[in-house]
Amino acid sequence: MTKELVQLRINGQTHELEIEANRLLLDVLRRDLGLTGTKCGCDDSSCGACTVLVNGQPQMSCLMLAASYQDAEITTIEGVASGNGAGELDPLQRGFMIEGGAQCGFCTPGMILSAKHLLDTNPEPTDQEIAEALSGNLCRCTGYLQIFASVRKAIELMRERQPLEASPR
Amino acid sequence: MGQAVLKSPIGARVPMIDSADKVTGKGVYTDDMALPGTLVGKILHSPHAHARILSIDTSAAEQLPGVKAVVTGRETPVKYGILPVGHDETIFASDKVRYVGDNVAGVAAESAEIAEQALRLIQVEYEVLPAWFDPEKSMLAERDLIHEEKPHNLEKDYHHHFGDVEKGFEAADYIRQDRFVCPEVTHAALEPHSTLARYDSEAGTITVWSSTQVPYYLMLNLASTLQMPEEKVRVIKPLVGGGFGGKSEVIPLELAAAVLSRKARQPVKITYSREEVFYAHRGRPGQIVELKTGITRDGSLTAVEARIIQDGGAYCSYGVVTILYSGQLLNAMYDIPSVKFDGYRVLTNKPACGAMRGHGTVNTRFAFEQQLNRMASVLGIDPVEIRRRNLLKPPCMTVNNLRVLSYGLPECIDKVEERSGWREKYRKLPYGQGIGIACSHYVSGAANAIIRSGAPHTTVNLSIDRDGMVTIFTGASEIGQGSDTLQVQVVAAELGVDLDRVKIIAADTARTPVDLGSYSSRVTFMAGNAAIAAARDVKNKILTAAAARMVTTPENLVIEGNQVMCLDDRRLAMNFADAVRLAIADGAETLEGTGSYRPPQEATGGRFKGAGVGPSPAYSYCAQTAEVTVDPETGQVTVDRLIAAHDCGKAINPICVEGQVIGSVWMGLGQAVQEEMMWRSGRLMNPGLLEYRSASTLESPPIDTIIVESNDPEGPFGAKEAGEGSLAATIPAVTHAIYDAVGVWIDTLPITPEKVLRAIEEKKKAELRR
Repeated sequence: MTKELVQLRINGQTHELEIEANRLLLDVLRRDLGLTGTKCGCDDSSCGACTVLVNGQPQMSCLMLAASYQDAEITTIEGVASGNGAGELDPLQRGFMIEGGAQCGFCTPGMILSAKHLLDTNPEPTDQEIAEALSGNLCRCTGYLQIFASVRKAIELMRERQPLEASPR
Repeated sequence: MGQAVLKSPIGARVPMIDSADKVTGKGVYTDDMALPGTLVGKILHSPHAHARILSIDTSAAEQLPGVKAVVTGRETPVKYGILPVGHDETIFASDKVRYVGDNVAGVAAESAEIAEQALRLIQVEYEVLPAWFDPEKSMLAERDLIHEEKPHNLEKDYHHHFGDVEKGFEAADYIRQDRFVCPEVTHAALEPHSTLARYDSEAGTITVWSSTQVPYYLMLNLASTLQMPEEKVRVIKPLVGGGFGGKSEVIPLELAAAVLSRKARQPVKITYSREEVFYAHRGRPGQIVELKTGITRDGSLTAVEARIIQDGGAYCSYGVVTILYSGQLLNAMYDIPSVKFDGYRVLTNKPACGAMRGHGTVNTRFAFEQQLNRMASVLGIDPVEIRRRNLLKPPCMTVNNLRVLSYGLPECIDKVEERSGWREKYRKLPYGQGIGIACSHYVSGAANAIIRSGAPHTTVNLSIDRDGMVTIFTGASEIGQGSDTLQVQVVAAELGVDLDRVKIIAADTARTPVDLGSYSSRVTFMAGNAAIAAARDVKNKILTAAAARMVTTPENLVIEGNQVMCLDDRRLAMNFADAVRLAIADGAETLEGTGSYRPPQEATGGRFKGAGVGPSPAYSYCAQTAEVTVDPETGQVTVDRLIAAHDCGKAINPICVEGQVIGSVWMGLGQAVQEEMMWRSGRLMNPGLLEYRSASTLESPPIDTIIVESNDPEGPFGAKEAGEGSLAATIPAVTHAIYDAVGVWIDTLPITPEKVLRAIEEKKKAELRR
């Protein structure tokens, strides 16, 4: 297949790439750009591990032809901390650390991006809204409960700007 | 000087030390790695469940531009398997294929597309053979055997008799017999298996990075199958994206990548597709349990007889261990004076089953707890109370020689009874709502290693630099459960230094000492104890050196808050790093220490055939309640709430303990209500995460965890396992709650709406006939 010259905007940076038109964004991120934080868990859009934000909306990069997203602003897990300018961890990332939201960590990048979209659009979600927002991201470790706790922790951190420490129960 | 009051890191909610890497995407899993010139490896799988291979022609594939190596069974004759008694696999099949998905050939090529095209060019001529799919039929087979050396397709059978069941049944006032059927389930860890192998032709060495729970066993199996000396084989475990037992033995791609790399003389990476992960399987076997239990009128168990058939798939895998666990761990929960067990591990033409969370115990525990609840109901004894009447009285030895010391089960039962409001709810909720209870347990590591020897089960080395920085070298495998964090915590606690001072290098067979791996919930107990022993080793050296300088005895010194202090005069203190420098031997650069763990002889079990499986230095315990709503019109069951009290001995890190308990309960619930490997003529009908119905956030109920700490006398700081023991209780707790809600018992899993509805209708018909 002939290659095309495409420009992708990822985590605020523009990348020029020569790629085949049928290349998936997931594959381009992982193999061409070395952004391996985006994971492949299923090959068939079942699991959500490959979730990235496209203009702020969560989408599965295993379903996206990279060449079709030249005008989009794409955020991967690598861009979540740097996106705030200071390079500090996002409250969601800190929440996941504090509450044990990442066990094996494989679903974590996708979870954090789906949760980020939620909190960006709805900073005070109900428990049901959190569960619905994360329903496209599968996890086999946590039963989701520590993930819910992590998102709630992030909300609390955003409110209080607390330092990183484990919360007493 | 200021006295730092340092909180012990034991029992602290310490975030996992690798969590920053995981939340930023920086953490490296095997498939994230790339070496220059890495080829893509692909495997040709059998389309037949049972067939003789007549010929394989790889010439067209070899000639395809971009193909660097093609390997078939002719070049891989050495048999291997995780158990010494079960060496029945080769890297690629040479004579026969035994399941759809069996491994026929491997290709390494410059791209995935070329590799896939090469697979299509391989010509295999098969003679299709009759295949065996039903274990009860397979075990009667006279011909077309799956392995010629296994008559009746029986991998292994065991027949145990402890105490006197005949007398036991005579003493019983009530005897029940039931048949339970549990389908096959699988781990479905979110990270697909992945292996990167790099053969160095000049040095004759191979380095393998793999998503494994057992780097040491992988190293041994690579050496044997590649016919290379062990010292030429190095296995490194990067981050592992979940295991649950599915990576606790050698998986074919690990050896295939290595053999392809050696032939191609280039690095080769193989990452399974999700479908390949399902066919690689090694999950929990389908199991039929015929259970007969005797009990007195006042609820004392007198005898248990179990006939268990496991549908093991086409290769041994962990099968011999699985079938033994399913019988042996009928014990060590309740006081059962006599037990008879007939266990059959049967070969069928499906992917091999292996070890999965709760290995061997889950389906038997479901059967037993369900039957106990049924008997309680018939006898009119409260199900909580009937368990209290059958408790063990530790310290004790069970009839099958399992040693039980710490035993938090009574407290677990008390806690869930109270938290759930049991007395206000059981038999008192409106029709359609119910509550149920069940218990479970698990080993804290097997007291007998897979490969029997007198060697320790694990060794941990410590190195302390002149600046007082501590490095742990351990072969214990972090797979997301907190192995690394736990070892850092116990070493920091034992040495009296900050957590930040302790680094860990884990699971690299060239750098870290032997550890058997992350399976059978052995890490906390075994690697934890070895880490403490290693810390004590260096601590003795530090205190001896400091005592000489401070003109006192080592016994008079402690380390707290990075300070070596005199017990009788805490103003006499020395910086930890200064004491380390004093302790470093002349001519040495660092202070070294080592520690090992081997289970005590008394915990290693009896002397009968099969006695090696089941014994553990300590058992975890769990009691659980489930609350459900059942729609009697549709049979739909909604699990509203689960409460699990788990006796982990001591929660070294409550975040990890809670995560493990919740994860276990959730996985048990999956098996209870929706997960199932659906086979048709050896083909899997649901080889995808959605088709397999792995639960999403919206199907996952609240799970309360209650940590019970029985302080095991031999556990590290009293700790026992936390990662598996809660799983088995979930299933019978849910079925019991369904009984409480609508009065029917579901004995065949998973609990689908169809089964519930049919049971409700049958119950109504039976009542009408009365």
